[in-house]
Amino acid sequence: MTDTVTTAGTPDAPVDSFDVEAIRADFPILGRQVNGHPLVYLDSGNTSQKPHAVIEAMALHYAAHNANVARSVHTLGTEATAAYEGARAKVAAFIGAASPDEIVFTKNVTEAINLVAHSYGQRLRPGDEIVISEMEHHSNIVPWQLLAERTGAVLRWFGVTEQGRLDLSQLDTLVNERTKIVSYTHVSNVLGTVNPTEAIIGRAHEVGAVVLLDCAQSVPHLPVDVADLGADFIGFTGHKMLGPTGIGVLWGRAELLEQMPPFLGGGSMIETVALEKTTYAAPPARFEAGTPPIAQAVGLGTAIDYLTAVGMPAIQWHEKQLTAYALDALDTVPGLQLFGPPTPVERGSTLSFDLAGIHPHDVGQLLDSLGVQVRVGHHCARPLCQRFGVAAMTRASFYLYTTTAEIDALVAGLDHVRKVFG
Amino acid sequence: MDALYQEIILEHYKRPHGRGLREPFQAEAHHVNPTCGDEVTLRVQLKGDALEDISYAGDGCSISQAAASVLYDLLRGQTVAQAMARHDAFVALMSGRGQVEPDEALLEDAVAFAGVARYPARVKCALLPWMAFKDATARALAGTDQHSDHGGDQ
Repeated sequence: MTDTVTTAGTPDAPVDSFDVEAIRADFPILGRQVNGHPLVYLDSGNTSQKPHAVIEAMALHYAAHNANVARSVHTLGTEATAAYEGARAKVAAFIGAASPDEIVFTKNVTEAINLVAHSYGQRLRPGDEIVISEMEHHSNIVPWQLLAERTGAVLRWFGVTEQGRLDLSQLDTLVNERTKIVSYTHVSNVLGTVNPTEAIIGRAHEVGAVVLLDCAQSVPHLPVDVADLGADFIGFTGHKMLGPTGIGVLWGRAELLEQMPPFLGGGSMIETVALEKTTYAAPPARFEAGTPPIAQAVGLGTAIDYLTAVGMPAIQWHEKQLTAYALDALDTVPGLQLFGPPTPVERGSTLSFDLAGIHPHDVGQLLDSLGVQVRVGHHCARPLCQRFGVAAMTRASFYLYTTTAEIDALVAGLDHVRKVFG
Repeated sequence: MDALYQEIILEHYKRPHGRGLREPFQAEAHHVNPTCGDEVTLRVQLKGDALEDISYAGDGCSISQAAASVLYDLLRGQTVAQAMARHDAFVALMSGRGQVEPDEALLEDAVAFAGVARYPARVKCALLPWMAFKDATARALAGTDQHSDHGGDQ
C-alpha cells in the first residue's frame, strides 16, 4: 500500500492545472537577484522557501493575536491557544493521524528523534539491539549511539548498495528477536532514495520492535499517510515544507506515547506538581515542556493549507518530472558521477554528484557566482559519503517551485566550473 | 569571483609545490575542517632553528590545497621566527574581511588569497594548512615527537 502511494508510477495528478509560474509568484524571494543573476534556488532539501501566505500568517499572529498558550483565560490567550491547537489538528489531518493528540510539536526532527531515543529508549537493556542504516543523517545516528552508550544496547545498521538502495539481503538476521528499535530515513537527504517500508516494518513488528521513520525529506514532497505506512513514530520539520524554522513534529501511536515518560521537564507538561512528586500531563502536552513555538505552529498550519491546496500528488508528480529531466541533463555533463538511483523510480528530487574530482566547495562557490544555490559538503551524512569513497558531494534538491529552466542553469553552471578547473 | 579564484591559486592547486609526506620529520599534525571534510597532514623537520623541510598531503578544495602549496614555498628554509611572522601576517590577512592590505614583500604568492578573506565560508579552507603548520612546529619545538589530530571547532 505504502509503496504504491509513495513511489510507483505516476500519481493521478491534475497535471494540466500545475502552473509552476503561478506558484513561483507566491514566493517573494524567488524574484531576487544573487551576484547579478536571477536566483536559482536548488537547496530545498536543506530548507524550503516560504510563500507570502506563511510570512503573512505569522506576522498577523504577532500583530493581532499574540499571547501565551494553554494558561490564559483572557481573549488573546484563548485566540493564541486556538491557533496553536488548530495547527496541531491540521498537521494530524495532513498525515492521516488518528487524533491530534498523536502530534507532538518539537523544535525540529533532531529533537523528535532525541525525544524517542530518551523517552522510549529508557526501556532498553544491555544486549538489546537498535538498527539504523548507513544512509542516515547524523541526527538519526548520534542519538542512537548515545542511547547505546547509556543502556549497553548494541547499534547495528543496514548497508547501502552501489545503486544507493538499502541492502535488505540480511534483513532477517539484522532485525531479530533482540531488536527493540529500528530507525531509518524514509527518503535519503543525499541520494534521494525512497526506502521500502512494508518489508522492514513488517519484520520489525514480527520481532516486537518499534519503527521510527525519519520523514524530513518525504512529508514535504509526497503524500504520507501514517495509517498506510505502519510505522510507530515519524518525525518531520516545518522549515523543509514551506513553514518556518523552529518547529518540528513527532507523530507517535497514542498507545506508545501514553506509556512513555517525559523527555524535558518544566511548565505545561505537568498534571500536579508538589515538591516531593509530580504527576505528568497526558500526551502530547507531556512532551511539550515550556512555552512552545506558537507563531511557528501558525506558520506551519498555513504551509499545510498551501500544500494541500496545490495537492501533494501534484507536487509529487511535478518533482518526478523535474527529476527525470535533471537525471537526463546531468548525464550529458562530462565527468559527472551521480550518487544514488539513476532513474526516477523510487527516488525523490534530490541529486548528489561528483564533478570530475573538482572539490564540491569549488563547484558550489562558482555556481553561487552565477546565482545557483546548491549544497556542498558531507550533508550531515558522513558515513554515507565514506561508503561512496568521497569526502564531500554537490547536491541539488528541488521543490514545487523549481523549473526545468533552473536545471538548465545548473548544467550551464557546471560547464563553467569545468572550464575554470579544466 | 575573480577575486577568489586568482590564477596563482589555480596554478598552485593544479601543480602543487612540495606535496607529499617525507621523512625524516620531527612532528606531524593532522587537521580537519568538519564542515566540509577537507583535511591536511603536515610534517616539519627542523635543523637548528631553520625549517629544513615541510611536507604535506591533503584532500580538499582548491583553496585549502593551494594554501598548503604556497605555505611550502614561503616557509621552507625560513627560521622559525621568520616563518611565524609570515604565518601571523597570513592569518591577519585572512581574518581581515577584505579590509587588510597585504604586505607583498612578506607574503609573496600568498597575497593572492586576499580575495578569499571576503568569503567567510572559505577562510577556514585557506587557514587549514597554516594552522596545521603552527601546531606541528610547536610540537617540534617542544621536542614531543608526536603527531596531533585536530578536528577543528565542531
